[in-house]
Amino acid sequence: MKLLVRLYHESRPIIAQVVKDTGILINVDRARSDAHEGEEALVDVPDEHCILISERMRSLGAEVRILEEGIRHDDDECVDCGACISICPKGVFYFDDEWKLQVNTKKCILCGRCIISCPHSALSLSY
Amino acid sequence: MEKSIDEINRRIRDGSARVVTADEMPDIVAELGEEGALREVDVVTTGTFGAMCSSGAFLNFGHAEPPIKMERLWLNDVEAYGGIAAVDTYIGATNKSVTRMESYGGAHVIEDFISGKSVELRAQSSGSDCYPRRSITTEIRLEDLNQAIMVNPRNAYQRYDAAVNTSEDTLYTYMGTLLPHSGNVSFSGAGTLNPISNDPNLRLIGSGVPILLGGAQGMVVGEGTQHSSAGNFATLMTTADMTEMNTDFLRAGFMYRYGPTLYLGIGIPLPVLDIETVRKTAVRDEDITVSIRDYGVPSRSRPVIRQVSYAELKSGTIELNDEEVKTSSLSSYRRAKMVANTLKNWIEEGHMTMCLPTRYIDPSKQAKPMRETRKMVLVQEIMQRRVVTIKEDQDITDAAKKLLKGETNHLPVLNEEGRLTGVVTTFDIAKAVARPERKVKVQDVMTRNVITTLVDEPIDIAAQKMEHHRISALPVVDAQNQCIAILHASDLGKLFKPGGSRP
Repeated sequence: MKLLVRLYHESRPIIAQVVKDTGILINVDRARSDAHEGEEALVDVPDEHCILISERMRSLGAEVRILEEGIRHDDDECVDCGACISICPKGVFYFDDEWKLQVNTKKCILCGRCIISCPHSALSLSY
Repeated sequence: MEKSIDEINRRIRDGSARVVTADEMPDIVAELGEEGALREVDVVTTGTFGAMCSSGAFLNFGHAEPPIKMERLWLNDVEAYGGIAAVDTYIGATNKSVTRMESYGGAHVIEDFISGKSVELRAQSSGSDCYPRRSITTEIRLEDLNQAIMVNPRNAYQRYDAAVNTSEDTLYTYMGTLLPHSGNVSFSGAGTLNPISNDPNLRLIGSGVPILLGGAQGMVVGEGTQHSSAGNFATLMTTADMTEMNTDFLRAGFMYRYGPTLYLGIGIPLPVLDIETVRKTAVRDEDITVSIRDYGVPSRSRPVIRQVSYAELKSGTIELNDEEVKTSSLSSYRRAKMVANTLKNWIEEGHMTMCLPTRYIDPSKQAKPMRETRKMVLVQEIMQRRVVTIKEDQDITDAAKKLLKGETNHLPVLNEEGRLTGVVTTFDIAKAVARPERKVKVQDVMTRNVITTLVDEPIDIAAQKMEHHRISALPVVDAQNQCIAILHASDLGKLFKPGGSRP
């Protein structure tokens, strides 16, 4: 399960703290630091510990959103061109044997690069 | 052995014609031999589905009461051509809406019509005795039109060069998103299924030949604009009735920061008349090559990185300077196959018969570039030769003084040898003052990744660089990377002054 974590306390290592307290390993898919908007990290956690980890992070002052899915793919708009395939840094998109576009949302890190690359507005983020 | 069109059409009519798609043909020829394939196969169907910008439709609205001669008109706020009185127009695919978001254009108007939506027509006129009405606003559906005839000046390119970007910035082009440092390769075209690649000498494709266009039965008008068969870039002008089209084979598209375009399915059936037809339709992806061009160079003649076949491009990765680079297509091979298969069904069921061109297209023609009679304004004509610079190891207080005294916002930064290594702006200085850690030297606060221009660069290219990077000045450098002048965004104003460089 993916969590979008927003941190406002520059000096406190909240993610490290949660890993240490719970003993559950967290994978940071991507992180961004911005002088105005604070820090934001997309983390991947085991499904069964998702609630525990998000609550622990919130108690330490982070804003946490549970993201149910990766990139959204609209099958009606998609024409199976595959323009997204070479844009995605994680290999989320690929063709099956019949040149139909397949989407492996588990690999998605929600970077959003593919959204503007789609000529048919078939890709979107749900958060 | 040869076969006549009449013979093939007789078989189509009695349901015994053998129709195959172009991607099946190489294996059939390999198995049966050329003579065997000629006896066996009657028609080869081709197909392509991709962005075809040079497309549009003639529409006739019928007369209003009182009547109007529409001189300017808009369909869902996309301007259509008003120069073919009185209630005729041509709506082009790439025109952008004047009010909606830039992602809506002529192609979307065409798709909206085809999917049964109603479209707002707004028109103006200066009025005349015969056409007194000055304006009209009304809602129109496809079924309300007397004619909706798609006529596309340039479709079905024989092949299209692939695109890469060696520059340091992501580019957004009609070839899609091109990642920096050759991060991806974008291509377009159906390769083995492409209509003209299966008839490169245009022996079978010409005026009057039946086609699938946007799902409708249409025909080839003749040579397309920019047709350049000699360079393997032949094009076709095509037409079909829009009321028979459907969204399986026609979709509006939008290329980010480029604009709207029309995705179209086009297929042409090729009657197998002789051995030459068999040979040409046996073409494989491996046999069709294009250049990979560097879109990082903003020029008509973009440098060729290397040649590549459609087989390599379709494989998903290619090698570029010893590195694996991902490829992806803008056109849909899946839909191209749907086009070829639909044509195949039509012919097998006797809904379409073959004919030879009533006029042939010149297979040796070469397209010319534009004749330009006025020189582009170059950077050297408006740049400022007096340029205040600073050294890397000077204090930021020196930089602040120079910025004030020089009445500028940008100081090019030079190293020991006088070469350009950075730029420092008033913003950089302000930031350094607001956060006074230990940043006291120019080199600690300057921007190192400097965007530069050259004396002989066209001014439009320099302006695009400033817009793309959201900056307001470009140091002008020579071949040794010495800063010889500076171009400010405000210098562009000189172009529009009376007596300025631009006529």
